[in-house]
Amino acid sequence: MTGFKTPLRIAGGVALAALLLALPAFGQDAPAEEAVEAVEAVVGGETPLQTQYILNSFLMLVGGFLVFWMAAGFTMLEAGFVRTKNVSMQLLKNITMYSVACIAYYIIGYALMYPGDGWMIEGILGAVGIAVLEPVGLSPEAADLTYATVSSDFFFQVMFCATAASIVSGTVAERIKLWPFLIFVAVLTAFVYPIQASWKWGGGFLDANFGFLDFAGSTVVHSVGGWAALAGAIVLGARKGKYNADGSVNPIPGSNMPLATLGMFILWFGWYGFNGASQLAMGTVGDIADVGRVMANTNAGAVGGALAAAVLTAIIYKKVDLTFVINGALAGLVSVTAEPLTPGLGTASIIGAVGGVIVVLSVPLLDRFKIDDVVGAIPVHLFAGIWGTIAVVFTNPDANLGGQLVAIVTVGVFVFVISLVAWLILKATLGLRPTAEDEDLGLDVSEVGVEAYPEFK
Amino acid sequence: MKLVVAIIKPSRLEEVRQALNSLDVHGMTVTEVKGYGRQKGHSEIYRGTEYAVHFLPKLKVEIAVDDALADAVSTAIRDAAQTGRIGDGKIFVLDLLAVTRIRTGETGAAAL
Repeated sequence: MTGFKTPLRIAGGVALAALLLALPAFGQDAPAEEAVEAVEAVVGGETPLQTQYILNSFLMLVGGFLVFWMAAGFTMLEAGFVRTKNVSMQLLKNITMYSVACIAYYIIGYALMYPGDGWMIEGILGAVGIAVLEPVGLSPEAADLTYATVSSDFFFQVMFCATAASIVSGTVAERIKLWPFLIFVAVLTAFVYPIQASWKWGGGFLDANFGFLDFAGSTVVHSVGGWAALAGAIVLGARKGKYNADGSVNPIPGSNMPLATLGMFILWFGWYGFNGASQLAMGTVGDIADVGRVMANTNAGAVGGALAAAVLTAIIYKKVDLTFVINGALAGLVSVTAEPLTPGLGTASIIGAVGGVIVVLSVPLLDRFKIDDVVGAIPVHLFAGIWGTIAVVFTNPDANLGGQLVAIVTVGVFVFVISLVAWLILKATLGLRPTAEDEDLGLDVSEVGVEAYPEFK
Repeated sequence: MKLVVAIIKPSRLEEVRQALNSLDVHGMTVTEVKGYGRQKGHSEIYRGTEYAVHFLPKLKVEIAVDDALADAVSTAIRDAAQTGRIGDGKIFVLDLLAVTRIRTGETGAAAL
């Protein structure tokens, strides 16, 4: 490889000479030393600031694509877990809920979450205003080159907001009306999610005063969706015929295992963006290595969760329940989401495996309390989210257990209480459930008017 | 005329069809049904909850035949559909009052 350095040095010398010759064109404001330093830095391999800015922004754009694709993942997962008569409704809920989330975040949420210097209540309540992207054709002078474009930041973050909301839709499936659900989503995505997220990612009190660490959102995104889902399941009640008066459970098997599994793989794929792009930078050698490390650990967490769930269901039930393995992989992903950078691959797998175990043990627990969670979103996102948040202290020396617990409890109380109130108000005013007859008929017929499988009678 | 109605295990359909073909029976109707007799059902487990599946998938095969052929058809079906294990099914023979071929309007034995 020795032939490589000589041409590079020649090129560098030529560039330097050209720069020095061009100096008069810069006028008296460009000292020769600065120019020499700049050229030496480029020749030495350091990325110019503008290139870093561009790469950082690019990472978040690609991350945004991947997290957006998770919407398809949730949709397919839910479509597979519900009965055929409710599939169109589930598909419709996912499209509309995603859209409501994006608009709510644009109009209200983004400013609440990232107020910068404009906090209404410092560290607690952010700013009011719609999201404003840079004007067309941003010039380098007008840009804050230390981070990334506002447009890529907004594009990336809006997907996270929609993800938090989509967690709720699986839990309350098969017995909720569309419009009250969307109103709840609007409240969740305009206010609840952004406000609690500002406490950490917006630089608020959880970040500044408690040293709370949450790399990609085990608490900030996943447990938020989980708490909102739990409140919803409690207020809404179970599906008709799920639980008997004596406490026994009537299983309601999902209609399409291939779709459910495809949904899981799509979510898994999107998670590489969800965690990987949360590095928020890839302009340096260290950053890009970290991005790769995060992605590899993300995968490791998923496989740990999947295998742990498979082994555990085999031990407990003698058969390996596919739906538990699907949940296990997702719980593994949630478990490493709070800290996918610092663990090694083995540790990440173990952290994910614990998530898988949590899911298998807690699904029957919810049934014991007659909390009907159609897809297992509460175990996957809430319980594994709490575990993932705590697990940060095992691998990241900058984390402290106290700070993690304060965040878990604060976010939990905030989200659960407000969600509960919102659900109760919607129940008392618009009503949440279709009639028993409509629930029997299926929401495809009663609410959507388009059956997902019209030929299968 | 008789209507022979047979409830058989789904896996035996092809054997039954071939056996009837060799008897010169060239028409039948097959329906997917659920049922149980002495076979009872089985238990499955979904997300940690065990539940009983009482009904098992079966096929109902219906053939309209001349009185003279009814016994031979029943025997042929029985031989072809039998596995020796519980759940093999049953054969019913009913009186058939009238038959019409829709395309031509033929009735009675000519329509079989």
